[in-house]
Amino acid sequence: MSIKRFSKAERYTHRSIAVLMGILIATAAALYVPDISTVVGNRELIKTIHSYSGFLLPVPIILALFSLAFRRDAQELNRFHPHDWAWLKREAKPDVVSIPINSPTDYGKFNAGQKLNAAFTTGAIAVMFITGSMMFFSSLFTDDLRTGATFVHDWLALAMVIVLTGHTYMAFKDTSARVGMRTGEVPYGWANQHHPEWVLAVTQPEIHPADENQGDDQNKGQGNEDPPQ
Amino acid sequence: MCSYRPVDVGKGSSRSGAPVGRRVVMGMLGLGALGVVFGRQLNSAVTTTVNATIPGLGSVLPAAGGFRIYTVTNGYPEMSEADYRLTISGEVSSPMTLSFADLQTLPQTSMTKDFQCVTGWRVDDVPWTGVLLSDLLELVGASPTATALAIDSFDGAYTESLTMEQAMRPDMLVAMSMYGEPITTPHGGPVRLYTAPMYGYKSLKWLSRIDVIDQVIPGYWEQRGYDIDAWIGQSNGRNDEPV
Repeated sequence: MSIKRFSKAERYTHRSIAVLMGILIATAAALYVPDISTVVGNRELIKTIHSYSGFLLPVPIILALFSLAFRRDAQELNRFHPHDWAWLKREAKPDVVSIPINSPTDYGKFNAGQKLNAAFTTGAIAVMFITGSMMFFSSLFTDDLRTGATFVHDWLALAMVIVLTGHTYMAFKDTSARVGMRTGEVPYGWANQHHPEWVLAVTQPEIHPADENQGDDQNKGQGNEDPPQ
Repeated sequence: MCSYRPVDVGKGSSRSGAPVGRRVVMGMLGLGALGVVFGRQLNSAVTTTVNATIPGLGSVLPAAGGFRIYTVTNGYPEMSEADYRLTISGEVSSPMTLSFADLQTLPQTSMTKDFQCVTGWRVDDVPWTGVLLSDLLELVGASPTATALAIDSFDGAYTESLTMEQAMRPDMLVAMSMYGEPITTPHGGPVRLYTAPMYGYKSLKWLSRIDVIDQVIPGYWEQRGYDIDAWIGQSNGRNDEPV
């Protein structure tokens, strides 16, 4: 048995951002790391690809805002509850808090790590978009601001690579989570282990009749919420 | 699994609780804005700190004060010191083609000066060694009536220009070594220009030819909007500290 976790709109959004991020990181490396620049060259072409991929990056997010499922998940990711702080503390100090590492402690659809990752990535995309635009339309800005924009763009890029490596590593470790993002559905057992309260919420339609993610109702209604992609 | 469990999740949980995600995003936007406004001052502080903490990081991470490598062609032009030739022609009494070894026999001049790019980055205190452009022009007997140089790269695309007056300055170098080492291909080796008082694009890489001529012909970057007289701090709308 499986449970619906991500709508089609959410999955396409995630995939579009992943592809654009991949292009951005690859072209950034070619522009920025001397050893890679040496091999790749073609600076003007690479710069053009990097700039336009960057301008495209917010598009999937803006389109996703038309999806109810995306908006609900974004809201879920935004809000922190007491158990989220507990989750973060447990991760940091497993020896102090006597909860076994694999016991269910993430009470909602997402754990605190996922929430922070989502927030960081959103903020980072916004800052990179703004500073990148300042570098692209450099004639509109003073020298000091251009230098400042480059400074922020450079260091935040490094931070993003580190966070993204962590994100990818966590996904690599967890097959069911990856399947969830690829197919939209996760095995019931996995969901119950990692997000038990979410499972309860989505499998008790009598308590939350308005919730779209009813366990046996995986496809109905999705078409109405997803923007054309 | 459908037995009743009074748990406050779903609608209730997503609308209440601290909006930490939003605060993180707003905080990052705030930090980003501060970084943009004060980035210039922060940049040098961060560079100093990083290089003091992890020596050599600057050579790997351009953000830590290293060179950023630009090439306008597909990849990099490779040329060994043995194959290298510099041709000086035009309005000169004795046109010459010099090998790397020939250049080494000429009087060598060293200077330790910053490299300032027009895009904003700067590498402090780079030791350069080579032959002064003025020494070379004297050697070939450049005509006193000539007013400019047209300078070519063996990458086949990169060109530069200097007025004769600029070229005769004592800080215009045909560089053959950088940091006491041969200049690597990405940095424009085996021989490049180092035009100390001007922005980096004037310091043409992979130098192959110097033509002594009568008028300034705008170079590769100047045809793309950069200033012909590229004085650091007095051109391209920038106010960097002069070198």
